[in-house]
Amino acid sequence: MIEVQNLHKYFGELEVLKGIDVHISKGECVCVIGPSGGGKSTFLRCINLLEMPTKGDIIIEGISVMQNLRQIDKLRQKVGMVFQQFNLFPHMTVLRNITLAPTKLKKMPQAEANELAMELLNKVGLADKAQEYPTRLSGGQKQRVAIARAMAMDPDVLLFDEPTSALDPEMVGEVLEVMKQLAKNNATMVVVTHEMGFAREVGDKIIFIDGGIITEQGTPAEIFGHPQHARTREFLSKVL
Amino acid sequence: MDGLINWFENLAGSFADAVYMTLINNDQYNLLLQGLVKSLTLTFFAALIGIALGLLLAIAKLQDVNNLTGNPFVVWLRKMVTGFANGYISVIRGTPAVVQMLVIYFILYLRILNNIPLFAGMSDVAIASIAFGINSSAYVAEVIRAGIMAVDKGQTEAGRSLGLSGRQTMQYIVIPQAVKNVLPALGNEFIVLLKETSVAGYIGIADLTKAAQSIGSVTYNYIVPLLCAAYVYFLMTTVLSTGMGMLERRLRKSD
Repeated sequence: MIEVQNLHKYFGELEVLKGIDVHISKGECVCVIGPSGGGKSTFLRCINLLEMPTKGDIIIEGISVMQNLRQIDKLRQKVGMVFQQFNLFPHMTVLRNITLAPTKLKKMPQAEANELAMELLNKVGLADKAQEYPTRLSGGQKQRVAIARAMAMDPDVLLFDEPTSALDPEMVGEVLEVMKQLAKNNATMVVVTHEMGFAREVGDKIIFIDGGIITEQGTPAEIFGHPQHARTREFLSKVL
Repeated sequence: MDGLINWFENLAGSFADAVYMTLINNDQYNLLLQGLVKSLTLTFFAALIGIALGLLLAIAKLQDVNNLTGNPFVVWLRKMVTGFANGYISVIRGTPAVVQMLVIYFILYLRILNNIPLFAGMSDVAIASIAFGINSSAYVAEVIRAGIMAVDKGQTEAGRSLGLSGRQTMQYIVIPQAVKNVLPALGNEFIVLLKETSVAGYIGIADLTKAAQSIGSVTYNYIVPLLCAAYVYFLMTTVLSTGMGMLERRLRKSD
């Protein structure tokens, strides 16, 4: 469903991604792990072109992203993203945060969008916060709203960029719980995370990225049980 | 003691006389009122022009000219637009408003535009409004640019990741937040603008300052009309800053 081919990314002289090839199937939850600065987030941000790849291509549902840069806004509608810093729109209510994209991009009537938003808020357990402004929410609540916002466009795939890294420890659980539900309902997800417990339990595939390349990938059992590479073993021994 | 009282009586008497002579006699206060209306008209239209032009200039300057893709001609055009905005802002900020107004009136208008039927016979106030608007736009552009740049990059990324276009992201997400950042500095700019219009007399507009000066030259008393004009300016700027403060508090409600 998503095919990342030979992805390279330079920031100036610095080569952050040195040729990444990944295949993501429909309904799969792919967890990307690895040390900081290894290129995990850059890889994720390249998938929806928040970073422009220097070389390589991304094929989404058979459509080449790099060949269709003019349709990038259309393609991004199919790729939802959840950020480490939530990035909710502070000048809009929770409800408006969620309904903005469907009403502006899908020309959905506001009433219908509100209904959809309430349905999504119910799923993330925040229906009572619909009329609040984001500043009145806790970090965990903000992130759950951000997930609902990304889902409102009914994307083919959801990208999570360290969704729990900016949260107080006690709020990590509620966000991971929502993500688990998503995975259970067969949403296609790519999750950059330091939550090894989540990756192990929920991930269908684990990708270990270090130094701009995929050092190792496989099922959670393979990666966490029998890591093949010394670098993977070293990383896991430090974080587990 | 008597001398002191006499002195005060004389002073009060002559002050009352002066007020009568300068303001009441022949209803000369009307000149000040008409002048005030002209000053406010100039400020209002100059502010409108300043905001409109300033916004365009700010957007032109905010283009990431080193990372443009697409049609080479469009890329070249956009680079030119940014270059023009940079030059325009440098020139306008680097020269005095009075000189700009004189150039626009005596050279651009009287020498050129006045010979074109479409523009012939434009009112002085209209020309001065445009001149002050052009002057203000350079400052407004920098204020708006700073306000937009102060909006977190994550906001743009969130908008774009949802599939909103660059323009939609600006319109629905960045600019509404930038307005809040920009208001204090923008209010300041309007106060400066109101005071700046006091040079409109250079091209013969009877604004508040010019009116005070005229009364002074007719009555041989400058004290009362000038202080009166100063007080009215002060009153207007106070109203302006109070109004901006109220607007600001209102917009901060969601924080």
